[in-house]
Amino acid sequence: MANIMIRRSDKGDYVFYLPKRDLEDTIVSMEFDTPEKWGGEIKLNNGGAYFIEPQTAPERLPYSVRAKRLDAAE
Amino acid sequence: MSNLTREETEALIAEVLEVYPEKAQKDRAKHLAVNDQSIEQSKKCITSNRKSLPGVMTIRGCAYAGSKGVVWGPIKDMIHISHGPVGCGQYSRAGRRNYYVGITGVNTYGTMNFTSDFQEKDIVFGGDKKLAKLIGEIEGLFPLHKGISVQSECPIGLIGDDIEAVSKKAAAELDKPVVPVRCEGFRGVSQSLGHHIANDAIRDWVFGRDGKDVKQEFVPGPYDVSIIGDYNIGGDAWSSRILLEEMGLRVVAQWSGDGTLAEIELTPKVKLNLIHCYRSMNYIARHMEEKYAIPWIEYNFFGPTKIAESLRAIAAHFDDKIKAGAEAVIAKYQPMVDAIVAKYRTRLEGKRVMLYVGGLRPRHVIGSYEDLGMEVVGTGYEFGHNDDYDRTIKEMGNATLLYDDVTGFEFEEFVKRVKPDLIGSGIKEKYIFQKMGVPFRQMHSWDYSGPYHGYDGFAIFARDMDMTINNPCWKTLHAPWLKKPEAVEELAKAA
Repeated sequence: MANIMIRRSDKGDYVFYLPKRDLEDTIVSMEFDTPEKWGGEIKLNNGGAYFIEPQTAPERLPYSVRAKRLDAAE
Repeated sequence: MSNLTREETEALIAEVLEVYPEKAQKDRAKHLAVNDQSIEQSKKCITSNRKSLPGVMTIRGCAYAGSKGVVWGPIKDMIHISHGPVGCGQYSRAGRRNYYVGITGVNTYGTMNFTSDFQEKDIVFGGDKKLAKLIGEIEGLFPLHKGISVQSECPIGLIGDDIEAVSKKAAAELDKPVVPVRCEGFRGVSQSLGHHIANDAIRDWVFGRDGKDVKQEFVPGPYDVSIIGDYNIGGDAWSSRILLEEMGLRVVAQWSGDGTLAEIELTPKVKLNLIHCYRSMNYIARHMEEKYAIPWIEYNFFGPTKIAESLRAIAAHFDDKIKAGAEAVIAKYQPMVDAIVAKYRTRLEGKRVMLYVGGLRPRHVIGSYEDLGMEVVGTGYEFGHNDDYDRTIKEMGNATLLYDDVTGFEFEEFVKRVKPDLIGSGIKEKYIFQKMGVPFRQMHSWDYSGPYHGYDGFAIFARDMDMTINNPCWKTLHAPWLKKPEAVEELAKAA
């Protein structure tokens, strides 16, 4: 489990930021992306995958949340 | 000497690594790379922010240096106690030239050293009582101070003193912020973690007070910005600030060069955070973005090309009035820039530079050199992270050298082979390279010159580079009897 921060880039994509590893990357896909259900498995541009407990979408980004690492690309 | 090709650079790295034992060789190889602009993620070519190898000369600092020396130290109306033995504070006192206005010892304390001067008995019995007494003394001697920060040195963490409890009690008594900072030097691999800890301390102990130390009423305006990560080395923040003000923005806070506690407490009310030194203060900007919904952008005020780019990028966050203001500022300074370039470019064109500094400079100053027709052929960070190298790869030419946490030996060998016309690094490297006959600028505090930010700074930058590279002293480094015959003949002709 790691604390991550999700924000929007200038282009409107989600950006994933993991402070501990200075990992900042765009999110290519998010399993659930509706106001009621948001999160699930997220895939990063670098090939890594993380899991956020599905929840209601945050009102405002950036948003800090706990995420579980499924598959990190190194 | 012409530039090295990719293969030559790779061979150079391999050659330099040869002297190390196998294990060290493997470790160091990850920190040295040949730049390839096609790589998007620096992780693929260079490793950074790792523990330095024991036994090699590193140029890094400690967490205390990152917190007290960089982030907290320049906040001028607070008193920063170096809590622990006397040396850490005393030998770094006033080492960074963070200029400020005010009367030192009355309402500002920037160049003074406050320490709890730990003795054996404090290690044995704990230093909390001493700290409480010290805070009382400060209040009596310097009643105009706006707050206190307690910068821990190594022993505090080792003996487990509860500085948080002392600070809370003192803060309630004084009705001023007393901030405990857990920046013991042994934490992390370099000063970088100290920056992070210091940022977190501001978040928890200063923002937490909700601006109650701001005595005057603050009316937020539509054009409020803050300068974050400018430490006013030689007056840098001032030469940046005037440009922002000229284009119509209101600079509410300077973090932290010539900055005050009130400015920091007001920052959550600004419209846009402008980040110069990304490495040391991105943490607080990201926090403010999440908590107060303040966007942030990185900017670069080194060299006219980057200044114009940055001014336009900043203006894009505001209305047409500011956009017109930015254009007016760029137009106003253009004649000055043209004059500087006309004067110095012919003297500096084609000169090659190697840099090895910390923070933002390994990538930010590249623009300044390029505006003068110079080329940066090698760069590296003392304590950069991956995200710094991500940003650097784009700025540097192909097949140039990148070195992370370079060792004394590697740096010397690189210089012997690459033969740059100028090196920009720190005071510890300065005299080695000068004795090797290579022109050198100390780029941590601008070799006691500056400012280098902004248009005014560019004029000084160009002059300094010229007077270093074209200084006649480099020709007289060899004794006349050791000179080649033709040089002696010339000398005879001249005489």
